[in-house]
Formats: sequence, C-alpha cells, structure tokens
Amino acid sequence: MTDRRATATERHFLQTLESYRKGSISRRDFLARTGLGLAAAAMAGAMPGLARQAWAQGSIGDRVVIATWPNYHAPESLEAFRAATGAAVDVNVFGSNEEMLAKLQAGGAGWDVVVATNYTISTYAEQGIIEELDLSRIPNFDPSAFDARFAGPGVIDGKTYAIPRNIGTTGYCVNTSELDGATPATWKEFWDLARDQLSGRAMVHDYQLTAIGNALKYYGYSFNSVDPAELADAEKLLIDTKPHLFAINSDYQPSMRSGDAAMSMCWTGDAVQLQRDMPEIAYVLGREGGELWSDFFTVPASAPHRDAAYALINFLLAPEMAAQEARFHGYPTGDRRVDALLPDEMRNSPILYPAAELLNALEFGAAVTLTNPERAEIMARFKSA
Amino acid sequence: MRPALRTTLFLAPATAWLLFMLVLPLLVVVLFSFGERGAAGGYVPAFTLDNYANLSARWTAFRNTILLAPLGTVLCLLIAYPLAYHLAIKADPRWRTILLILVIVPFWTSILIRSYAWIQILGGNGLPRLIAELGLGRPRLINTPFAVLVGIVYGYLPLMVFPIHVALEKIDRRLLEASADLGSPPWRTFLQITLPLSLAGVATGSMLVFILLMGEFLIPQILGGGKVFFVGNALVDLFLQSRNWPFGAAVAATLVLVMLVTVTIYLRAMKRLSGGRDDVSMM
Repeated sequence: MTDRRATATERHFLQTLESYRKGSISRRDFLARTGLGLAAAAMAGAMPGLARQAWAQGSIGDRVVIATWPNYHAPESLEAFRAATGAAVDVNVFGSNEEMLAKLQAGGAGWDVVVATNYTISTYAEQGIIEELDLSRIPNFDPSAFDARFAGPGVIDGKTYAIPRNIGTTGYCVNTSELDGATPATWKEFWDLARDQLSGRAMVHDYQLTAIGNALKYYGYSFNSVDPAELADAEKLLIDTKPHLFAINSDYQPSMRSGDAAMSMCWTGDAVQLQRDMPEIAYVLGREGGELWSDFFTVPASAPHRDAAYALINFLLAPEMAAQEARFHGYPTGDRRVDALLPDEMRNSPILYPAAELLNALEFGAAVTLTNPERAEIMARFKSA
Repeated sequence: MRPALRTTLFLAPATAWLLFMLVLPLLVVVLFSFGERGAAGGYVPAFTLDNYANLSARWTAFRNTILLAPLGTVLCLLIAYPLAYHLAIKADPRWRTILLILVIVPFWTSILIRSYAWIQILGGNGLPRLIAELGLGRPRLINTPFAVLVGIVYGYLPLMVFPIHVALEKIDRRLLEASADLGSPPWRTFLQITLPLSLAGVATGSMLVFILLMGEFLIPQILGGGKVFFVGNALVDLFLQSRNWPFGAAVAATLVLVMLVTVTIYLRAMKRLSGGRDDVSMM
C-alpha cells in the first residue's frame, strides 16, 4: 500500500472518490487505492483524536488478525479501525486460553494480537511465545491509570509483555424465572441445581480453569488447586453432573437467550449483555469464591503484521474507544480514564463492580493451572465421559 | 522408452504423495505415541507404553464412535438407496440432471453453517416447540445422540447417493426387461438383478461415509454440545486443549487400527454377499 500511496496524486484521488461515490468500487478499494494517509485525512472530521495517530503510524498493511473471546469487541470499533487505517480485523474466537496456547505452541497461528488472561502471561513470556512490547508504539497506554493488582501480571522482571485490557469475574448467570424468582448465592447451589431442579438446563465452560476451579469451590478448596486428592473430588463432581448438563460450551449466550439453558458459568461481560435484554437473568458470584481475572493484549513473537498489531492495540486503548467497547461488551476495563467516561448505570453496576466482601473471596488464576497435566486430563476425561 | 521405466515415471507423483503425505506422517504418529507429554504440553522423546495403557480413559469416545458411525452409515444407506433408485431408474430423464443438482446444492454452503442452522431447528424454539404446540410433549432434541445422527445423515447423504446412483444407472435395462419377460414379479427382479448389480455403489458409498464418520468431530461438537463425544473430539481436545500429543498420537493410531479391522471385515462380507465379483471388492 505504501507504493500505491506514493502514486496517489490529487487527480487520481478525485477520480477514485468519484468511482466510490458512483458505487463502482467498494469503500475498501477506495481506501486502498487512495492510500492510507489521504483516507485518514478524510476521516479526520469523523474521528477526532484518532486520525492523527493513524496518520502518524503510516501504512500498516490491509489486515490484522486477533485471537480473542466470544462477544468481546464491538463490531463498530473494529470497523472504525478499518476505516481509519485500511486494515481489516480478522477475529478468531476461542473458548479457553489452553486452546490458544495449543495453537501457539504448534507454531505459526498467524495471529498478530492475542488477548490472554493473567495466568498465562508468565508461561508465554518464558517460552518465548510473546515478546516484550515497545511501549513507545502504544502511546494510549498509561500504566498509572491501572490498579497494580490487575496490570501486574503483564510485567515480568521489569519488562512489559502485556497491556491490561479488561478485568472481570467468573460467576454464573441464572434465569430466575425458572426458580420462582429466588436467586442462589453459592457454587454449592450451582452444582446442586444443575443436578436437580435445573437438570438438562445448565451449562459449564469448555475451559479447565473455570470448570474445574468452580467444581473445587463446591468443596471449599482453592480455585487453583493442583492437589491430587482435591482434584479427584472435583472430577467426581464434574462426571456426576455431566449427564445433567445441557452442554459444555464457553459460548453460552445463544442458549441462555433461547431459553434452552437456564443457568451457566458466566463472565462479567456476558452477564451484562444478557441482563440488558433479559432482566430476569441474575449474575451470581459464589460466596465461596471463584475467579477474578484480568485480560491482556499481547503480541506473539510470530505475528505476521506487527505494525498493524501495535496500531490496533493503541487504537482500542484510546479512552473514548475503550469506553465505546466497554458499553458494548460490559466488562470494566480497569482503566480509570475509561471508567470516567462510562454512564452511571455501568459505574454503579454490581456486576461490573461487585461488593468488596464478594471480591475478597475471589482468586486470580495461577500459572500452574495452565500447564498442569492432571487438570488438562481431568477436563478431557470430563468431556469424553 | 521402455514400458517399465514409463510405468515408474507415471507412478512417481502418486508414490511420492503417498510416501510424504501418508506413510511418513503415520510413522510420526506411531513414534509420538510412545513418547511423553512435555512440561507445558507437546512431545518429549521417550519410550513408554503408558499412552496405550491409558486408552481406557477414552473408552466412551471410542464406544460412541463405534456405535454411531455404523448407525449413521446405515441410516444414510436406507435413505439414499430409494432416492438414488428413483433418480436413476424411475425419474423422468428430463428432470434427472436437475434432481441430481438439487442433491448437491447443500454442499455449496459450508457444513459449519448448515450445522448451525440445525441448532436453531432442533433447539428449544424450533421443532420441540412445534411438537409442544401440537400437544405431544416437549422433547429435548439438541445436544443428544439423535441430533448428532440427524446432522450426520443430513451432511453425508450426497456421498451415499452418488455412488449408488452411478451403479444403478450403469445397469443394462435389457436385463430388467428379460427378467420381466421370463415372468419375474418386480420385487424379484429387484432382489435378483438390480440389487446385486448395484452393490458396488453401496460398497463405495458406505465406505466413503463410514471412514469419514469415524474421524468426524464437527457435527458432534456443534449438535452434541460437548455431550456426544466422538474419537475425533477426543483428538481435537488432546491436541488443541490439553496438548498431550503422545496420548493423542496413541488414540489416533488406535483409531486407524480399528478402522483397518472394520473396513477389512466389511469388504470381506460384501465380497461374499456379491458372490466374489471384482467390482464390489474394489479395495
């Protein structure tokens, strides 16, 4: 695209603009033919504050591939990125960090940005899967705007490998109209309801960390336990519950919305999105505890479009853009600059910002769970049971 | 050019393909199956039989596959044969091409998208709701073996229809006329002439469907909701989630072995059934 831009004279630009207006070329062609700089300049009015950076970053190619989670990005933010830079965002959605790790380990996944959870960062850095970030290329990142508790896992030996994105909890959502309006409050109730009153209607994540972790909570063990005896108890509970489950799947919104499922392990943002349309859905943080997490933007060492990766991360970190994303996905970003831009009902939401006594019981996922062979095998046995 | 040299030259591409795309990868699978899982996953060279000793941990997946793959094949056959028969023998020749194209049309859309459509049809707001409104109870269809079988029959039917259609179309119509002239009722003509002459198509279609079904993972994943688990799903999990390559390799090698045995038994049976004719025992 650099070459094309160099030849894009003013007359050529006007001709192409005319073709675009007449509809004989697509907007994408229009952006490609006229060149990034001119396109960004034309957008300047529509995107104050962003166009300047897109201009400065120059040509970044026409695509960027991001590995991320379901229901995690507002389509209009990615569209805005394409409009501002000419790079279309390919979104690959995953159900677990383990699935991402497997693809990364096999090499050449072709991803430019990977959204990874706190407990994976140290392993990724150790194995050379991700690389230290050049913070000068991410001017929208302000470390002082983040709580050290959430941003900490991204920094290893003083080097920043990962930029905090969203934070949240893992609880469960339940359709209270199926329970005569009663709202459960513990993980014990989750597993008991799944095997009794809500048999055939409950869903468990296809994800070892939360599926096993929350089964461990049934007995009051640590969410991160790798103790063989405790894991054996969790496996027994999982296998015992399996025939009663509706499905094992990390993309549970469609089933909750259609009413096929009445209860599911659930992340903050999905709870917000579900509750927006179905007020009868409650979000429960088990009193016994469970998971508190922060996600990060990382750039794999194998990223084919590194410039575009930095551009996308920086673009999405701009406070206005991050706030727009947060309004869509319903996760707190952990960025104080963004919190200030959120509407009151989000800032006061108990789902986004749970009460202190519930938060205190939660644990961050531990790095050992990512690579622990016993947890991996228990999850696989649970699924194949 | 001497004939032997010419033959060698012509066969070289296929030989190279088989060597690099089949034999070598299979050897790697077998080699890996004796190794150990690395600390963070993957493969570490070793020599152990633990992976094979551990196979019973995937017994349910093998059982589901060994039960549902043949069942799916038989269902496909039962639905495909009358359809192919109608297309090849009964249908008006003017319509035949259009009808055949209609059988292929679903293949123009990705199986993934078509399976997602089945989620809607079999999900609570689809067929079960319709059945409930007819006052016949509210059955649970999605995420059951039934849903997986529906997906299998739907996805694999064309693979069964075409070989049978081709075999039926090749039958010399004078044989059918002769049979009728000699006083056979139609059912007897079918059993003694048409069916035996179409067995080659049945064998090919069944092989195609069965072999692919043994490795199937997408349909159980989407329509089984992680509750109807095939060996294919176990493999996807072992390589793409728990990253236990050696155990995955052992499961894969075992699957290949199970398939070799079943296919051999099946072909022997077909050969006996058709009286030892060569066109049936094509493998």
